[in-house]
Amino acid sequence: MRKEPLLEIRDLWVEVEGKEVLKGVSLTIPKGETHALFGRNGSGKTTLLMTIMGFPMYRVRHGQILFKGEDITTLPPFERARRGIGIMFQRPPTIRGVKLREMLKLCAKENGVKIEELAREFGFEAFLERDVNRGFSGGELKKSELLQLLIQDPDLVLLDEPESGVDMENIQVVGRMIRKLLQKDTHRPRTKSGLIITHTGFILQYVPADLGYVMMDGTIYCEGNPQEIFEGIQKHGYEECLQCLRRIEA
Amino acid sequence: MSEKNRSLEPRIEEFKSAKEGDIPRSVEELSPEEWERLKEVGIEPQAQREGEFIQTDARVVHCKSLPEGLELLPVTEALKKYDGLEEYWWKAVPADKDQYTKATDEDLDDGYFIRVLPGYKLVYPVQTCLYIRTPGVVQKVHNIIIVEEGAELNLITSCTTHPHVRSGFHIGVSEFYVKKNARLTFTMIHYWGEETHVRPRTGIIVEEGGTYISTYVTLHQVATVQAMPNCRLIGPGAKATFGSVVAAPQGSYLDLGARVSLEAPETRAEIISRSVSYGGESIARGHLIGKAPEIKAHLECQGLMLSDEGAIKAIPQLDAHYANVDMSHEAAVGKVAQEEIEYLMARGLSEEEATSLIVQGFLSVRIEGLPQTLQERIDRAIELAREGL
Repeated sequence: MRKEPLLEIRDLWVEVEGKEVLKGVSLTIPKGETHALFGRNGSGKTTLLMTIMGFPMYRVRHGQILFKGEDITTLPPFERARRGIGIMFQRPPTIRGVKLREMLKLCAKENGVKIEELAREFGFEAFLERDVNRGFSGGELKKSELLQLLIQDPDLVLLDEPESGVDMENIQVVGRMIRKLLQKDTHRPRTKSGLIITHTGFILQYVPADLGYVMMDGTIYCEGNPQEIFEGIQKHGYEECLQCLRRIEA
Repeated sequence: MSEKNRSLEPRIEEFKSAKEGDIPRSVEELSPEEWERLKEVGIEPQAQREGEFIQTDARVVHCKSLPEGLELLPVTEALKKYDGLEEYWWKAVPADKDQYTKATDEDLDDGYFIRVLPGYKLVYPVQTCLYIRTPGVVQKVHNIIIVEEGAELNLITSCTTHPHVRSGFHIGVSEFYVKKNARLTFTMIHYWGEETHVRPRTGIIVEEGGTYISTYVTLHQVATVQAMPNCRLIGPGAKATFGSVVAAPQGSYLDLGARVSLEAPETRAEIISRSVSYGGESIARGHLIGKAPEIKAHLECQGLMLSDEGAIKAIPQLDAHYANVDMSHEAAVGKVAQEEIEYLMARGLSEEEATSLIVQGFLSVRIEGLPQTLQERIDRAIELAREGL
């Protein structure tokens, strides 16, 4: 039986500052699944995530984004956030004078999530009184992002290299937070979905993915078992993908 | 911006005397609507205070002082009691400084006299309020604040107009004397009518080891405010900090700053200004004068322009007269960063909500040494004004 799709992207063409970055991307993420996105720097992975979130710099020239069956292609980011899409920023900005606690309260939208409890669970309560992201280390930034997402509680989580800049000590906490976000520890059918960009593949040890994609030059070259794809890339690099027989013909 | 169209030099003759105002006998006569306004500037009957003072137009309608060690009187009474307050009256601000000080000297309405006796450290703030209740009056106030040796005072002055009064003119002369090793934090919150003119004239003298911390907040439309407190650090180790939190809505012309003269070794001064323009004009001045060796002074002006109307002008000035001084300034004016707006939008805030939160954060500057209760009051004022930001 096919699972109900949460996100559907149909032949998406996207331009950034006059340059064509995405050239016909299609993919479907069913409810409860986590997909991983591999690819070289500059292949369009981040652009895809930013376009799903709806930032105005990423201009959709053609194609459609459907979320829960609704066409959201032209909606502004906050409308998408309110419909259940959340994103973890790779380099989030500092919001001076705004305490993390205050920001979390705004993310919470009365969903009853306990800020204090969650912060304590991940050893982050000391940061609640600090300005959002101000002077945070690499690992702290990730935790701050994930805490915001846990409180926002989105149905689709977009993660852009969640492990980058995180030391070994913190990566476990980051892993646990993402597991919680994507309900990886639950036995009931999962309702949360994720799309994860990863370079190192490291995060997949903590958060198993159901499907992997390789992105090259603005298109999706192949999809398949994420672990196999990742091992292939580790062994042969992305060159191999160019000759790969599993390549999806655009 | 209509500098040319606006009367930047309000004429005293065009206003009625505050003595002709419709002045109640006591605070009980104020309407619930007026209390609402007073609450917005922090006058809350239940708050814990060491002393309270409310002047309506020309009359002191409420004056209460609780603890030992604090003297709080209408200044007209203090003048009688202390033989004209010779040591303090027009000693930190010259009477002939300008037409406004002259007018106050000639025809005083009233003001407050506060003195904290040596060694007394008051825990809760003293709250004063200067209130214009009658439209079209000029209120001329002269305040004297003395913090004796080793004493401490937190003073909050809230100034406002009746919710239906648009035009008025407030002249407020304030002379502060911070004695040896004393400490004074002064927080002034303004919420005037849209067509009100305001001319504070402030002088501060800080003696050896004394500390003066001033915070000024104005977030609502007001015709013009022009103020440049003059602070002299005359004893070694004296310190002064001036913070201002300013929003300039359309129709406001705000010319604000501070001048600190560091006249003894090892004195310290800091001026921090945050202003946001959404159509009005804000001039942020700062003038630091190093008249002694081994002094340290810093000036910081930051501005956010929220529209293409209005203006922000940062005008810093540093004067050094000795080699061994450490004086610096930084100034930056810009718009709200798109990146920050988008970040907050991705968390579910609309563009307007995101902008107002960023502006609120920008304005909530932390003044070092400011007591928590005063910081909370300022944060609360910013929060209340946020909808308009």
